[in-house]
Amino acid sequence: MARTIPRSFVLGLAAGAAVAAFAYACRTTGSQGALDADVASRVYVAPGEHDEFYAFLSGGFNGQVSVYGLPSGRLLKIVPVFSQNPENGWGYSEETKPMLETTFGFVPWDDAHHPQLSQTDGVPDGRWLFINANNTPRVARISLATFETEEIVEIPQSAGNHASPFITENSEYVVAATRFSVPVPQRDVSIADYKAAFKGTLTFIRANEPGEMDIAFQLLVPGYDYDLASAGKGPSHGWAFFTSYNTEQANTLLEINASQNDKDFIAAVNWKRAEECVAQGRGRQVAVPYVHNYLGEDRVARSERKAGVRVLEPADCDGMIYFLPTPKSPHGVDVDPSGEYIVAGGKLATVIPVHSFSKLLAAIEAKAFEGEADGIPVLRYDAVIAGEVQNPGLGPLHTQFDGNGYAYTSAFISSEIVKWKLGTWEVVDRIPTYYSIGHLMIPGGDTREPWGRYVIALNKITKDRYLPTGPELVHAAQLIDIDGERMELLLDFPTMGEPHYAQALPAELVAARSVRVFDIQRNTHPHATRSEADARVERRGNTVHVYMTAIRSHFTPDNIEGIRVGDTVQFHVTNLEQDWDVPHGFAAMGVQNAELLIMPGETRTLTWVPKQPGVYPFYCTDFCSALHQEMQGYVRVAPAGADVVLTSNGPGQGRVLAAGGGR
Amino acid sequence: MTVIRALLDLFIVLLMLAPLAGCGPAGESAEPAAAGNAATAAAAPGLDITEDELKYGIGPIRRVELGPLDDELAEQGERLFEMKCMACHRLDERYVGPALRGVTERRTPEYVMNMMLNPGEMVRRHPAARALLLAHYTEMPAQNLTEAEARALLEYLREQTAEGREEREHDRGHDREHDRRREGGASTNP
Repeated sequence: MARTIPRSFVLGLAAGAAVAAFAYACRTTGSQGALDADVASRVYVAPGEHDEFYAFLSGGFNGQVSVYGLPSGRLLKIVPVFSQNPENGWGYSEETKPMLETTFGFVPWDDAHHPQLSQTDGVPDGRWLFINANNTPRVARISLATFETEEIVEIPQSAGNHASPFITENSEYVVAATRFSVPVPQRDVSIADYKAAFKGTLTFIRANEPGEMDIAFQLLVPGYDYDLASAGKGPSHGWAFFTSYNTEQANTLLEINASQNDKDFIAAVNWKRAEECVAQGRGRQVAVPYVHNYLGEDRVARSERKAGVRVLEPADCDGMIYFLPTPKSPHGVDVDPSGEYIVAGGKLATVIPVHSFSKLLAAIEAKAFEGEADGIPVLRYDAVIAGEVQNPGLGPLHTQFDGNGYAYTSAFISSEIVKWKLGTWEVVDRIPTYYSIGHLMIPGGDTREPWGRYVIALNKITKDRYLPTGPELVHAAQLIDIDGERMELLLDFPTMGEPHYAQALPAELVAARSVRVFDIQRNTHPHATRSEADARVERRGNTVHVYMTAIRSHFTPDNIEGIRVGDTVQFHVTNLEQDWDVPHGFAAMGVQNAELLIMPGETRTLTWVPKQPGVYPFYCTDFCSALHQEMQGYVRVAPAGADVVLTSNGPGQGRVLAAGGGR
Repeated sequence: MTVIRALLDLFIVLLMLAPLAGCGPAGESAEPAAAGNAATAAAAPGLDITEDELKYGIGPIRRVELGPLDDELAEQGERLFEMKCMACHRLDERYVGPALRGVTERRTPEYVMNMMLNPGEMVRRHPAARALLLAHYTEMPAQNLTEAEARALLEYLREQTAEGREEREHDRGHDREHDRRREGGASTNP
């Protein structure tokens, strides 16, 4: 009897747990549940459960992309893009170094601002994520099957690639624009000649063919700063909108000199019209080199140099571009889900101006122009404006949409998100952010069909929100519930680098296509060792190639002799595993290089130039098995000119010793 | 006691069903299902494994019909063996894992294929596989084989076992290839 009492207790616990589990499962899909008062439970994802959304946050000055789960704010992955990543060898391994090539040579870093999901019919489809490099202008494409950067194209005749890579409805194009106008063509010229020599470019990059990203055409525009962009959708599909500031064309102390004009411009580009003009052979081919890097089927990156781009000037193609006067040094431009409203964030303005696409078309038809700027018709403000949001907060920057008729605008100076109604332009709610919000992001909030539910504030200043960590603090993101009438803060979570913009989509659109291993039978890497039977070392002149395999828990070969000072050693390590989540690492003492992390079925190459004779241990750096600590080996390095025969204990050694043996 | 036990079991079942009740996102099963075996066979005494699983192994393979040796299939199996197995297995010597010649005489074909296809669960739950782990230390990695590939490997191992039998009968003094890389340990049967 004494035993039945605890059993009853256990029974009660089990029943309680069953009810709680059921309640939890239901609560995650409905907005109003019994647990809503408990904010923590609304972001709690139980151990072993999955998040509802993938969120992709740019890393800003770390040049990478961070992947988070929402609503938990758990960090899932860092995807290296424009910056070398010694953690996995990105930009260090021979296979990935070409990804960071540019016309300036190898560039190991960049500043990545705006992630952008690929779209089909104006809705994120889970295939790819694009992101811009702001400093050395490039756009990258990341596979959401492998969470790996597969392609990078450089943007010639550009600088400060900030208005990028905003995407069109069916991923026809991602755009790129010069935040910093530069001499076009680039040349040695006095900075004082800014107005005469400096130009902006708006670039359209074909984005829908993996491995074939390329510049379709480039528009040469006045030398302003082009800041952000948004493609049209629905009725405005075929158009793209770019904000500009510094229409004053100042080249020094811009904070004063570029803040003089009452209005700057949104450039409205009819890219379908530009396509027609290109098809008719208008504009000119400009011989300016740029670089296209992509990962081949063999998972080895290539870097190829392209010869030139098609450049259109406004005069080449009537009806291609118009300016919409917009107060005041506008930053963000965001097209609403219907495609009708073009919302500008005039960062010094006292209102949020909203342009109408249908009025824009009518104004062009009626030639409602107030003048021209460098040959580009400037439409009358009153002919295109749909409305102005009054009292929108100080320093409005960016706007997202919930798909239910509301817009959410970030206000940097007053540090808040302001919710307002499309059509009536009335502010209906506001919530403070901590502190100094830049971008904000609603899942699908820039697309035709937002998923809504949450808005994330991406804040620039953190101050006292976390435990202090010296002078530098992580940037803080905040998750805010937007299901109810009032916005409600749920969670702060720290981020990597500086997230500028972000994207999110329902987890199932990505999870279902996630790759688990690379098929070893389809490994066509030129230095793959698909079977341990072929593991060996070979000498070709002063280069020693080590064809090494890794499987739990040994490297083959694991004893190598006959390398001499003066040799260059290439370790081509193939991971023979075919099991999910079993990478092997490879590192050797004194190698002036990063490590390799080799995914199952993959081959990666580390180059080493040994400088001193000795015996160098190498080992697996990624805990792989109970005998991981046994996964090690030795490389012997003899003095230059020594008479030590190149040999190893790889089973494939027999047939290559004759060719590869020492002198 | 038994009533309480039965009620407890019922609640555990309810608990397991709760996330499937149409509310939560469908979770992905982490384990390959072996429910078929469990449902059809009586439990082996003293073990968390059914008689069926003991004999045929734990995994997707239920019954394999063996015909005469298929040379072509065995050749396919040999190629797979070189790519996916020989990093750890030799035919006649203990290496990282046990020597494999003769395995098709010691185990059912279903067991052999389930060990290839579902090694993680085999090592955790099957007493024979577990004993081998304790003797060899390295957990056999799943090599992402299809059932057809596992069948080809089985044919290769059948062929090698048959050849070994002939050799034993006709050439008892055969000197086996020596592995110069590692000293073989005591032989254990997979």
